[in-house]
Amino acid sequence: MLSEAAVNEIKDIRKRYATARSCIMPCLYVVQKEYGYITEDGMREIAKILGVKPVLVFEVSTFYTMYNKKPVGRYHVQVCTNISCSIMDGEHIVDVISRKLGVKVKETTPDKKFTLSTVECLGSCGTAPMMQINDKYYENLNDTKVEEILNSLR
Amino acid sequence: MFEPVILKNINIPDSFKLSAYINSGGYQALKKALEMTPDALIQMVKDSGLRGRGGAGFSTGLKWSFIPKDATLQKYLCCNADEGEPGTFKDRAIIEYDPHQLVEGMIIASYAIGADTSYIYIRGEFAFGADRLEAAIKEAYQKNYLGKNILGTKFNHDMYVHRGAGAYICGEETALLESIEGRRALPRIKPPFPAHVGLFGKPTVINNVETLACIPHIINKGASWFASIGPAKSPGPKLFGISGSVNKPGLYELPMGTPLREIIYTHAGGMKPGKKLKAVVPGGVSAPMLTENDLDTPMDFDSLAAKGTMLGSGAVVVIDDSMCIVKAALITHEFFHHESCGKCTPCREGLDWIVKVMRRIEHGQGKEGDIELLQKLCVDIFGRTFCPLGDGAVMALRGAFNNFREEFEYHIKNKRCMVNGNR
Repeated sequence: MLSEAAVNEIKDIRKRYATARSCIMPCLYVVQKEYGYITEDGMREIAKILGVKPVLVFEVSTFYTMYNKKPVGRYHVQVCTNISCSIMDGEHIVDVISRKLGVKVKETTPDKKFTLSTVECLGSCGTAPMMQINDKYYENLNDTKVEEILNSLR
Repeated sequence: MFEPVILKNINIPDSFKLSAYINSGGYQALKKALEMTPDALIQMVKDSGLRGRGGAGFSTGLKWSFIPKDATLQKYLCCNADEGEPGTFKDRAIIEYDPHQLVEGMIIASYAIGADTSYIYIRGEFAFGADRLEAAIKEAYQKNYLGKNILGTKFNHDMYVHRGAGAYICGEETALLESIEGRRALPRIKPPFPAHVGLFGKPTVINNVETLACIPHIINKGASWFASIGPAKSPGPKLFGISGSVNKPGLYELPMGTPLREIIYTHAGGMKPGKKLKAVVPGGVSAPMLTENDLDTPMDFDSLAAKGTMLGSGAVVVIDDSMCIVKAALITHEFFHHESCGKCTPCREGLDWIVKVMRRIEHGQGKEGDIELLQKLCVDIFGRTFCPLGDGAVMALRGAFNNFREEFEYHIKNKRCMVNGNR
């Protein structure tokens, strides 16, 4: 069950839009924050509070990549491998993190602390190579910097 | 030296706060605009020659003028802050460091078109930027720049931030509208255009962040000032984001029409030591790449179109001679494939096929006839879809073929890379 705070947040969101359906995207973020990922129960709760059919919530959650349909680690490490980061050897950054954490791309460490992903352009090309961990951007990366960032999260 | 206009506040301490913005002359344009008629404002923006900075380069004033004048109709303004074209990082700077410039531009634009509500559609990854915008909007309400009877006039306006959730397609304006309506972001067929049937079926203008950030300056300094910067047909200051193999990658504000060579060698510090310029993507990855021979091209909408490419978002990606173009093209097309929304068959199936063929070429399993197959697929995609995503992918691939066909041929024939030896 969603906490009272989460339910209230959803009710607040409802005030900002002309239609209930428009609230689905922000509400999915509320559910993701609450459970760590998008659960089916969470989607049904959104549908119930907003008064929309559950399928309308399901179809939105599966379209957008930032809604995690499976649990991810406490820190979701997302490394850009698009063109500008690739020129600056973003793939090497992926390797460094992969070795350090002992996981491959798309995997989570056994302690559920880190999930490693590669992602498309995050709009930080002038400071490539870069990665995003949860909501935070880390830019102008190199081996030492990556090491320090990961150590600080351990 | 060109004095920055859009980025002028960016290095001021606390530049994102209302107090800093007001100290630099902020919200004066709003006061002036509210004393003008909406028609006079639209005319002023038309006269300035401002063209959309999101990529299409359509006249902003003209776009505004398409909105029906019927005052009983509800209208919307949407700001496209779904900055996602690989190589692009210009709007993020405005959003994070000068959000009030955008908010002011949006209030003025809304007044001009008669919109009582606006949404800023910001890409989901820009969580920090979304927070900055929310804070700026809150400050603007406190000062009555937003809300009821703005600055003692009859104009009311509410502004909201809508966060995306990781879909490049939302940068396409009709997909963006679908996304605000809470649906899967599948582009709509045009016509009807959003100016008549837009958000929630109402007349809507969708403008890019940088476009809207130009508005307060046009009001403050005049249309003829704006029109006097850069080429007559595509004037104004322009943000160029330079990334890749240069010494000083970053965001530069320069007059529209600044030659590519000057941007790379004077402003971005030239090539990194030991690297030679091989190719340049002038406007985000959808824009066909140019080579050394094209460096004197002025960076504006028309000059780049004449070269068979486009200004797009002004995102300049500099590729050096250690990069294999087959690999660069594969990265680009993996991206388009991943981001295709799946609505139109030519794009959905065509890009899947293109990526499969390109993967085998890159990994030394290319077959004779693969280049022709790719070219055939380009024909089957181009112009056959609702939105320009598929077209962008085709243009990018054709650009790679036009200049570097021999690298694809080498990969297929020798089962290895022409640039990186055994790979």
